[in-house]
This record gives sequence, structure tokens and C-alpha cells, in this order.
Amino acid sequence: MAHFTKAKNLHDWLNQRLAIDTLNRVLATEYWIPKNINFLWAMGMILAITFGLLLVSGIFLLMYYQPNIDLAFDSVNYTIMQEVGYGWLWRHVHGVAASVVFLIIYIHMFTGIYYGSYKNGREMIWISGMLLFVAFSAEAFSGYMLPWGQMSYWAGMVITNLFAGGSLHADGLVEWIRGDYVPAQAFLNRFFMLHVLLIPLAIIGLIGLHFGALRIPHVNNQDGEEIDFDAEAKKYLAGDKANSKVIRFMNDFLAKDMMVVGIFLILFFYLVFYHYDFAMDPVNFDPADGLKTPAHIYPEWYFLWSYEILRPFSTDVGLIAFAFAQVIFFLLPFLDKSPNAVPASRRGLFKYWFWAMLIDMIILTAMGKVPPEGVFSTIGLYAALTFIGLWIILPFITKFEKKV
Amino acid sequence: MKNNSRRGFMGKAFGAVAGVGAVASLYAMKRSWDPLPSVKAAGFTTLDMSQYKENELVTEKWRGKPIFVLKQTAEMVKKAEENPKDMERLIKIGNDYFLVCLGLCTHLGCIPGYNPDEQSFLCACHGGMYDFTGDVTKAPPPRGLDIPPFKVDGNKLVLGEEGPEYKKMLENGITLKA
Repeated sequence: MAHFTKAKNLHDWLNQRLAIDTLNRVLATEYWIPKNINFLWAMGMILAITFGLLLVSGIFLLMYYQPNIDLAFDSVNYTIMQEVGYGWLWRHVHGVAASVVFLIIYIHMFTGIYYGSYKNGREMIWISGMLLFVAFSAEAFSGYMLPWGQMSYWAGMVITNLFAGGSLHADGLVEWIRGDYVPAQAFLNRFFMLHVLLIPLAIIGLIGLHFGALRIPHVNNQDGEEIDFDAEAKKYLAGDKANSKVIRFMNDFLAKDMMVVGIFLILFFYLVFYHYDFAMDPVNFDPADGLKTPAHIYPEWYFLWSYEILRPFSTDVGLIAFAFAQVIFFLLPFLDKSPNAVPASRRGLFKYWFWAMLIDMIILTAMGKVPPEGVFSTIGLYAALTFIGLWIILPFITKFEKKV
Repeated sequence: MKNNSRRGFMGKAFGAVAGVGAVASLYAMKRSWDPLPSVKAAGFTTLDMSQYKENELVTEKWRGKPIFVLKQTAEMVKKAEENPKDMERLIKIGNDYFLVCLGLCTHLGCIPGYNPDEQSFLCACHGGMYDFTGDVTKAPPPRGLDIPPFKVDGNKLVLGEEGPEYKKMLENGITLKA
């Protein structure tokens, strides 16, 4: 047993039992951050805060939500919105955060792609991040079911039908996933369970993994400079703070993080109080009806690009293209053959590749929203083909890149 | 050495017991996720076929899914006779012909709308089209609208039971098992 002495104060008492000073050093005051990183590196902190907002607002919604196909719609649209004191606040915080979290995830991802932060020892940061993206997608989809409106019901119908695998015609699998021939009570209950317990647990575990993956390679920086963190930390601790290339996470870097978070939260609560409707589809304010399909089914904005990759092809080809779009980002660290982990602007053809990919995904998102007719179908088809083509050429254009 | 092999044996024995337990619990989890017996049993619907009007689409419900019933006009039957595959999709009851099919697009399961003037179905979601016999006329749907298992019983149609007419459709590849 460790040796305990009579504690001088509460801090000392806790320190002997929980080593809070060591913990604080490792996690905060001697967790080193490069000096030359811009506001885009604060997206991780914004995501952590937004996840916290989702968790707290979700807990309050959970207290009045009824996971029953006859009661769910009214429990959300009447009880929570009209009766529960400030119920509307939790719902709008939850709805807006669910949408905004994807915007920040995409910024976070494209920042990583632009600065090459997935390369040369940082592969696990990228892979654990992509796993988080998948978990957040599943979380968003299962949550979208719960108000049991028209869009909820038909999104459930369409997405679960994807598991039939087109010509494989695995209807047994689809019925197994639903627990019924159509989305019904069993379906609502199991998606409720997934949304409030299983997937959030997975997300919390993955956030731990994502943070842990940062510990050894450390965060990248704006110039792609390879920093010797041990040597720079020594310089800092010796008092040469001006010449050291690193600073403490707390309180130094956290001050910048929190300023960005502050600006984000002002925008966030502006949306919550004045434009909450952007995250709510009007069709979902009709109760679910299994005998009537809405005229035009589309997912929330953050899934539109992958939905549009599915849409312009015949069923089987569409499913393969869709599956391709879901997994290909995972392989980015291995498809990018260049030795450089520097900003895209200093690289070869990759700088065009980056902007082409970003613009193509914006076009896919826009085309996914409009009905699949006429010129929009054509644009959608070419944008989908461009997406696949860009990934195919990536290893070739990066292979010949010279070391900078 | 002797101790090590004894520990190794204990480890393997525990591993085997745990493995059996893991497989057994996975099976229990799979079965818990299966549709309930009550869901599977509530699978029969009887339709009185004398109540329908020509070229007027009626949507019935079977296993929670919409079922389209479309009584064919004499003209439509004549048009269908030109294409033997179309004719095989129709169900004859007395002297009348009916299209009875699942009202779910074979692409991703949305409900197509019926236009009585053009006598065709359009699924607005992805632009799939079907003719009045439920046969696909424009992709992306991979095949015509599926026909639910049925049995002709005089003037009535029992959905959920497989009669000889339905089995013939299955054999001819007119529909997949719904």
C-alpha cells in the first residue's frame, strides 16, 4: 500500500489518493501545443462542447419523450413543445446542435485534409475520427426517427431498404433489422435504444480513442513543420518561452480555443432562438403515415452528398457507389502516397485535388436537395462520377510529388 | 514448467467456456432482435373484389404495407393482351381482371402515385415509372411492382396465403416472394 501522511488540506488529501497534480500536468499544463496553429484547430473543442450540449438537451428531452408509435409524435410536438417549461429550448438546442455538429465535423475533416494531418504517424487520428463520423451519422439517423413524423418514417423505410442489397434481395435481413415488415413499434423501440444508449456509449469511447491517438504524434501545425516536442517543451520549462515552438494546452492555448468557442456559441444560440427551423423539415410535422409517401424524399443536408452519389445510377451500381463513398475517406492516409504533410497550397497537383473534391461535394449536396429531373440529374451524375474519379487518381497524382 | 503448462491449460479451458458462452449469447441477441411471433402471425387480409370500380386505384393494407388494387377496364385488358408478360401479372376473378400488388417502389420502397389518365404509376422519389399492370417502364426500379401472396376464393382474395395462381407467378418470375 502507498504511504499516506496526514493531509495538510483538501488538495493534499485528494492528491495523495487521486494524483490530481500529475493528472493535471499530463492532461493540461504539460500537454504541448504548437504555437503556429490557427482558429481551424479549435474545431475539436467546438465539437466536444457541442456534444456536451447534445447530451444535456437530450437528457431533458428523454424525460418526456414517449417511444410509442401512437404517442411519440404528440410527446414531441405537444408535450415537450407546449407543456414542458422550456421544453422548446431543449428541443431547439438538440435539433440545431444535431445539424451544426455536422457542419463543424466537415470543417474539421477538410482542415485535416488541407494540412495533411492524416499522414506520417497521424493515421490513427484520422481513422478514429472517421469512425466518429460514422457513429455520429448513425446517431443522427436514429434520432431522426424518434419524432415519428412523415420524414422520419420514410427515411426509416428507405434507409433500411438499402440493406436488402439491391439484387441480392435480402428482405429477410431488412425485416430482421426492423423487427417487422414495415417500420413499426419494434423499430421505434430499438432505434430509441440505439439513439439514447448504445451509439452514445460508442461515441464516448471513440472520443477517448481519438484524444488518445493525439498523445504521441501530437497535433500538426499550419506549416507542416516537424517539431521535436520534447526539446521544445524543455526550452519552455526552462523559461525560454519566446523561442520555444510550443505552449501549454492550459491555460495558454485554451484561451484561444475558448475565444473561438465563444464566437461559435453566439452564432449557435442565434440559430437556436431565431432560426431553429433550418434544422427542422416541415414534412416531419405531419404524423407518420405508412400509406402515403411524401412527394419528394431527401435526407438532412449533411447526408445529401452521399445520397446524391446513390441516386443517378441503377440500383446495384448506385449501392456500390454509395458504399464506396462511405468507406473511401477511411483510406485517405494510404491513398495519399506523397511524403509531405504540409498545407495543400505548397504541394503539387494535390492542391487542385483538394479544391476539386470540396467543390464537387458542395455540388453533390446541392443536387441531392433538388428533385432528380432533367439537367439536375445530369449534373448529379457527372458530380458523382467526378467524386469516384478523384479518389481513383489520388494515388497517382500524389506518388510523383517531390519532397518539400 | 509444470506450473506454466497447468496455467496454460486453465487459460485454454476458461477460453473454451467463455467462447461457448459468447456464441450462445450472440444467438440469444440475434433471436431477441427477430420480429415477434405476434407480428409474424398477423399476416392475413381478405378483400371483397366486387366492390372495386374500373381504373380507380384503391389502397388496402396488408402486414402494414400498402396494397394497390386496380380493376382493369376492357381497353386496358386489350392492351395487356398484346404483351403476354403483362397479362400474366393480372389476376382473373370471375370475368374481371385486377392488378393487385404491393404499393412500394421496388427501388427503395416509396409509394408510387397513380395517374388514371395516363394509366401509369410514377414514383416521384427517384423517377421510376410502372404501367397499369405494375410492370416497370422506366428505371431505376429493377423490376415490376411485387405481387403479394394471394389465394382466389370465389369473389374474394385472401392475402398472405399462397394459392395456385400465385405459385404460377412465382415460377414464371413475374414476382419475387414478398
